[in-house]
Amino acid sequence: MAIVELNNVSKHYGDKGPGAVEDFNLRTRDGEFIVLVGPSGCGKTTTMRMIAGLEQNTGGDILFNEQEMSGVPAKHRDIAMVFQSYALYPHMSVHDNMAFSLKLKKIDKTEIKQRVEAAAKILGIEHLLDRKPRALSGGQRQRVALGRAIVREPQVFLMDEPLSNLDARLRVEMRAEIVKLHRRLKVTTFYVTHDQVEAMTMGERIVVMNAGHIQQVGTPDELYDSPDNMFVAGFIGTPSMNFIKMRRHGEQLQGTDASLALEPWLKDKVPEGEELWVGIRPEHLRTVDDSRHTREGIRLRGKIEVIEPLGAVSLIQLKTGEHRITTQLEGRPRLALDQELELVSDMSRLHYFGLDERNLTVNAPAAEEAASLQGHQE
Amino acid sequence: MSQSTKPSASRITLGGTLLTLLAYLVAIVMFFPLLWMILTAFKTEQQAMSIVPQFIFTPTWQSFHDAIFQGSAYTHYAWNSLITAVGSTFLGLLLTIPAAYAMAFYPSKRTDFTLVWMVSTKFIPAVGVLIPIFLVFRSSGLLDTRFGLLMLYTSMNMPIMIWMIYSYFKEVPKEIIEAADIDGAGTLQTMLRVILPLALPGLTSTALLVTILAWNESFWSIMITNHNAATLATYIASFRSAEGLYWAKLSAGSVLASAPIIVLGWCAQRQMVRGLTFGAVK
Repeated sequence: MAIVELNNVSKHYGDKGPGAVEDFNLRTRDGEFIVLVGPSGCGKTTTMRMIAGLEQNTGGDILFNEQEMSGVPAKHRDIAMVFQSYALYPHMSVHDNMAFSLKLKKIDKTEIKQRVEAAAKILGIEHLLDRKPRALSGGQRQRVALGRAIVREPQVFLMDEPLSNLDARLRVEMRAEIVKLHRRLKVTTFYVTHDQVEAMTMGERIVVMNAGHIQQVGTPDELYDSPDNMFVAGFIGTPSMNFIKMRRHGEQLQGTDASLALEPWLKDKVPEGEELWVGIRPEHLRTVDDSRHTREGIRLRGKIEVIEPLGAVSLIQLKTGEHRITTQLEGRPRLALDQELELVSDMSRLHYFGLDERNLTVNAPAAEEAASLQGHQE
Repeated sequence: MSQSTKPSASRITLGGTLLTLLAYLVAIVMFFPLLWMILTAFKTEQQAMSIVPQFIFTPTWQSFHDAIFQGSAYTHYAWNSLITAVGSTFLGLLLTIPAAYAMAFYPSKRTDFTLVWMVSTKFIPAVGVLIPIFLVFRSSGLLDTRFGLLMLYTSMNMPIMIWMIYSYFKEVPKEIIEAADIDGAGTLQTMLRVILPLALPGLTSTALLVTILAWNESFWSIMITNHNAATLATYIASFRSAEGLYWAKLSAGSVLASAPIIVLGWCAQRQMVRGLTFGAVK
């Protein structure tokens, strides 16, 4: 197990242009589960490959337990990696796939057998040890890939989108398995995914990345409740947060579709006449007859364009003047397409972003209020 | 849907029939010289020289007996052919596997160019480099030696070997190499324990193809060997010059020269097709 530290780590492929990763700073706790999440090309996989030693960082330092790792070959870093494509050796049996690294280390045969069997037992693949990878299903291959990683008893686990080739049901199952495995082994783990649901459900801390830069590092709750900027706000949470552009006029915020009383703490942050973005999560918009809001914030009226019933909840898309707003309502409300619908959100649930897309709400009373309201409802 | 496709699939069209007939015709035209050679090998010299072609005759092994035991010593040439073909294939594999490995997994900016350049050396007619090679061989005492011929065949076949092995290596997913790297394997271990077993069908078909090419090679064998290192190609050519046109004996010699490689090709055809289409469909 290791404390992994990345100090100003960057990766540039050419002399010109922005790097694939820029100024990446992170220090893990021992045995922490860190998820790197972001859209394609955001630099999350490159970051992981630099930690693995499969790519060399062009700037900064990577340390395992205070020991400099930059320049140390992958095979000497004492890590194990699970690849997106599993990368099992097709010509070897499951047993040999798992034992390969131990054989290379010239570990005693009896110990290899013990370790492979122990790992196979944890993952429930004891009956597959003699099979070749081609005779396994996707989920079984995934388990073998995990098994190959855990027999090594490494100080760091790296997992590069390991569930993306599985079907939805199996993905949910394996997600839970990996979390359980981590709790059991307590090895510092880096997990790369583009799926924010995976990130939220698995990570102890999540690193949200975009265009090579860290956007925010925090626990799932921190990212959900207090996103640092509009990118994180839009990326974390399904469906995405709604954004409405408004302008300050005296004690009011006015937009083309709605108006809103100005929070007192915003007065210093937003000068008269300045524009800002108001963010509302779909699940925080309710119909006007729902009495669960304590302090009415924004009121939006529009025509229903799309209804997506998901069973327990329904997603409704409204066209309100120049904005398209998504809301998530409980159950299957009796609504029809083109019907007019009025929605309202509690004041404490609103997020405010400046034109530079940074969150104005962070450390503001509203955020604290939201947190307390969340606690109250639970 | 199935009703409409079923009859059309089994329907014999005029175009299809004509195409099949044409295919048979081409096959017969291509196979006929080989058949005629085999038939002639079993004839007496008189029957072979007959103006009217004879398809029905009493077969005789006499020409085979003469070809093997009379003067020309078939076994000597066959041994040379075997040593140069198999030896050059093994030496070629030893040299080209690391080269192709480096080009496939650690490419430089010039890798593509190097590959094209290597293959382009095959465009030069052999006759164009005959004099330089002859002079080099003469001054280094390699003329009419098995070692000289083996070296020549190896270098001659290296471009095609590198090209083929390179394409098979390129089919191996990069993640597997990286997984081996993380598992603690060095370059040699990765190559021997991971890459070579995976590329085995491709390597086998490369080896077979190159063996056949070396076995069939006649130009250099005739030009730079006399008797000591001469292969079956020289042996066949010797019939014409030294012994006159003894058709039956010449045919028997040709059958003996081509039989081993035809048998090898026949036995390995599945392997070769598998190797040549390796990775064509994911």
